[in-house]
Amino acid sequence: MDRETGRIQESNGNGNGNARAARVATERAVAEREGGRSPAWMVGMAALAGDALTAPAKLTAAAGRAVKGRIPVADLDERDPDYIRESLPRLWLLASVYFRAEVRGLGNIPETDGVLMVGNHSGGNITPDTSVFTLAFCSYFGVERPFYQLAHNLVLSMPGLSFLRKYGTVAASHDNAREALSTGAAVLVYPGGDYEVHRPVWERHRVDFGGRKGFIRLALDQDVPIVPVVSVGGQETSIFLSRGEGLAKLLRLDKAFRLKVLPISLALPWGINVGDMLGHWPLPAKIVVEALPPIHLREEFGDDPDLDEVYEHVMRLMQDTLDALASERRLPLLG
Amino acid sequence: MRVNADIVIGAPPERVWETVCDPSRALHYMAGVTRWEVVGDTREGLGARYRMLMRVGSAEIGGLIEVVEFVEGRDLAWVSITGVDQRGRWRLRADGESSTRVEFRLAYGVAGSGVFGYLAERLAAPTVRGHLRRTLQQLKRQVEHEQLRAAAAARRAARAA
Repeated sequence: MDRETGRIQESNGNGNGNARAARVATERAVAEREGGRSPAWMVGMAALAGDALTAPAKLTAAAGRAVKGRIPVADLDERDPDYIRESLPRLWLLASVYFRAEVRGLGNIPETDGVLMVGNHSGGNITPDTSVFTLAFCSYFGVERPFYQLAHNLVLSMPGLSFLRKYGTVAASHDNAREALSTGAAVLVYPGGDYEVHRPVWERHRVDFGGRKGFIRLALDQDVPIVPVVSVGGQETSIFLSRGEGLAKLLRLDKAFRLKVLPISLALPWGINVGDMLGHWPLPAKIVVEALPPIHLREEFGDDPDLDEVYEHVMRLMQDTLDALASERRLPLLG
Repeated sequence: MRVNADIVIGAPPERVWETVCDPSRALHYMAGVTRWEVVGDTREGLGARYRMLMRVGSAEIGGLIEVVEFVEGRDLAWVSITGVDQRGRWRLRADGESSTRVEFRLAYGVAGSGVFGYLAERLAAPTVRGHLRRTLQQLKRQVEHEQLRAAAAARRAARAA
């Protein structure tokens, strides 16, 4: 009895206590209703079975709390132009030699003031198109121009990836984006996030933001133009098989990590790669990125633009461009 | 990394000089160069600044440059203010009575970029050298063509007189 009470108090501490307490009480009530003669081992077994079922969720919740503690507070000052400049040759080697990348339309990006660049996301957790675009942007406008990229919380909390903050990568949140845009910086956002980046390989030529329209509200709030940035080839750097949305839901990853997916892919060097948490070695697919002309929302859609209308407009433009870029490709991987 | 290329153009140095020091003509003959814009009030001469970009591999590389040497009809040299480190030079010397030896030099790199910088500089060299050679060939065609047209115009004027 004391042991049980102790367990209830302990679980109360991690947030699942109410459910657990209710379950234990129900089990006890059932046992009493059946004559109050249920052996203690039966109650114990039932509790153990319950533990086994909830253990992964508990583990996930604990890991989620641990990750939350690791997410650095966004500090725009962490962007380091000297570091970026010195690393440009490395990015150039990666983009030019390994991915044979091509970046078009940089002249479409306004030369000054804040701009929200909205991209389709590809390549799993490695996202090679981001590296390619960062190189192109920093070479074209100079490392002196403030440029920030919004990334998933998990990316920034991963050990060994703290160097990304020197490139101007900050955790994806409206506050961080607003702060960056209000300083007149260029901000790159991938509304599709983890949902889009892990789409199966047969959907590689599809722009899929999953209905997320926050970027439009952000552009309206800050009164900055949207520049769509479309890339092709990134989703051929691994064989993505499934987003694993059901698995993510079962393990409550959406609650703990803001992860809607637990992707399954065939990737080097793992073979079958579940989660892509440790990344993978990307295949050398040819990557092409194109920046489109800016969309000035209030000029094109009136003083109070309809979010759905703008969303459909952006999606159509990006899908048309992606279709055109895809039609230029003769072979997967080789481009 | 330093790359250079040279060519002999069938025109006197002052004709070639007119073209190489005029920023508005740069994009007409400079291969791989996607921008050559005047920045500031000085259009040409010592202290003139330009924003230049050259496509090399996946990126357009360059930045703000400033003219640091300007010897009429002979030398025009610049160094970078922002962007990758670079030092460029047009060197014009008379080669016989009516021709000019033109040398185009470009030294580039990124200080502090270590072994990756070393590799990138070397891997980019064939592309940069190709741009320099095509630039000189296009410059030669342009200058010689302009000279031809100027001579034809003079002949027409003489006939009309």
